[in-house]
Amino acid sequence: MRHLLTPLDLSVEELETLMDNAEKIKADPEKYAHVCDGKIIATLFYEPSTRTRLSFEAAMLRLGGKTMGFATADSSSAAKGESVADTIRIISCFADIAAMRHPKEGSATVAAKHSRIPVINAGDGGHQHPTQTLTDMMTIRALKGHFDGMTIGLCGDLKFGRTVHSLIRALLRYKDVRFILISPDELKLPDYMTDEIKRNGAEYEEITKLEDAMPRLDILYMTRVQRERFFNEEDYVRLKDYYILDMPKMELAKEDMIVLHPLPRVNEIAVEVDEDPRAKYFEQVQYGMYIRMALICMLLDISL
Amino acid sequence: MSGNENREKYKLNVGKIYEGFVIDHIHAGRGMKLYKDLGLEKLDCSVAIITNASSKKMGKKDIIKVECPIDRFDLETIGFMDHTATVDVIKDGEIINKPKLSLPKTVKNIIKCKNPRCITSIEQGLDHIFVLTDPEKEVYRCKYCETKYGEQ
Repeated sequence: MRHLLTPLDLSVEELETLMDNAEKIKADPEKYAHVCDGKIIATLFYEPSTRTRLSFEAAMLRLGGKTMGFATADSSSAAKGESVADTIRIISCFADIAAMRHPKEGSATVAAKHSRIPVINAGDGGHQHPTQTLTDMMTIRALKGHFDGMTIGLCGDLKFGRTVHSLIRALLRYKDVRFILISPDELKLPDYMTDEIKRNGAEYEEITKLEDAMPRLDILYMTRVQRERFFNEEDYVRLKDYYILDMPKMELAKEDMIVLHPLPRVNEIAVEVDEDPRAKYFEQVQYGMYIRMALICMLLDISL
Repeated sequence: MSGNENREKYKLNVGKIYEGFVIDHIHAGRGMKLYKDLGLEKLDCSVAIITNASSKKMGKKDIIKVECPIDRFDLETIGFMDHTATVDVIKDGEIINKPKLSLPKTVKNIIKCKNPRCITSIEQGLDHIFVLTDPEKEVYRCKYCETKYGEQ
């Protein structure tokens, strides 16, 4: 039995196969509409999320399976003080696979240890969010064709932004990927991540001004400054609108650059950018569902 | 008798032990912490702690001597706390082993993760496990949240 806790739980070959399968599903969804008949996914969301939870549920429903779960900690036994270990032991009796989001870092590791069914980490605090990474990787491969030699700008909250950490780890396994890390000092990438970039011999640069990076980027990955990661409201208010991608900044970028965002977007991408053909963040959501369909099949040992 | 000889004659010393272990060359100041982390305060046995003993090699050092059955021996904790210390294992009044200390790959329940966002802060009965991620810089990270020990 396998789990997906971090993007590195999949080898490069497995990731490529997964993306191939997602492409197959995307090309002919009807063919795969019943491969999960009789299977149940439990979506255990201790933290509010619309996109990720619905994406998992849509993925399972489109494969012919069913869904169950909870959408906030208040509606689960966690409100009564039940541990993650006990919750997953119980869920293992009901479902065939589980996707879990929890505000505490490392919670998915704990769940996997006690689970009898595959566990997918759907976000554990500011730590990891591997299926967002699979979504990002699939979007990049579909739109740019490859990863090698890409220059990717990661902008916004690089400190608590789990999607950023996971994406960097996944991209480090490809050749000559360059990272431009764009953030205010307070939200810089943690040292364990910059250490990892260094250890892998990849190039990176830390800057604070988005405009300086724009002309060099193949991919711009915008992130939201997340209120729920701050203990201090004052810091959040000061940093939340630090970066706003608008059309004057887009004009500095290459014609084939793509803009991605894990969503939800607040103010960091001006609505005017949505009309620009380089804005790909809504397409990204669609890819997310297909890659989750492929992942569910892989973890349930269903060959496509 | 010269001043130095006098000093040698009257220096603080603790007698030999019959069964137990001697941890020598502990960095000065770390002895008491090691005593606590090894759980020696909870053992019903004789323990001598010498702090700031003079050392030719180190200037000052701490020493711990414990008279106890030698199966109660936690090399991992000693290695984590001070891997440059030396250990003599003693049985029947003789040194029977001088195990080499090294940084353990993982340490369990010796230190706690202080990251308030870590699952260890709320999950009952969860071991606090740290993994050696950079042996050169002696960096340990929480197995769950990856926060560096000492960073919080």
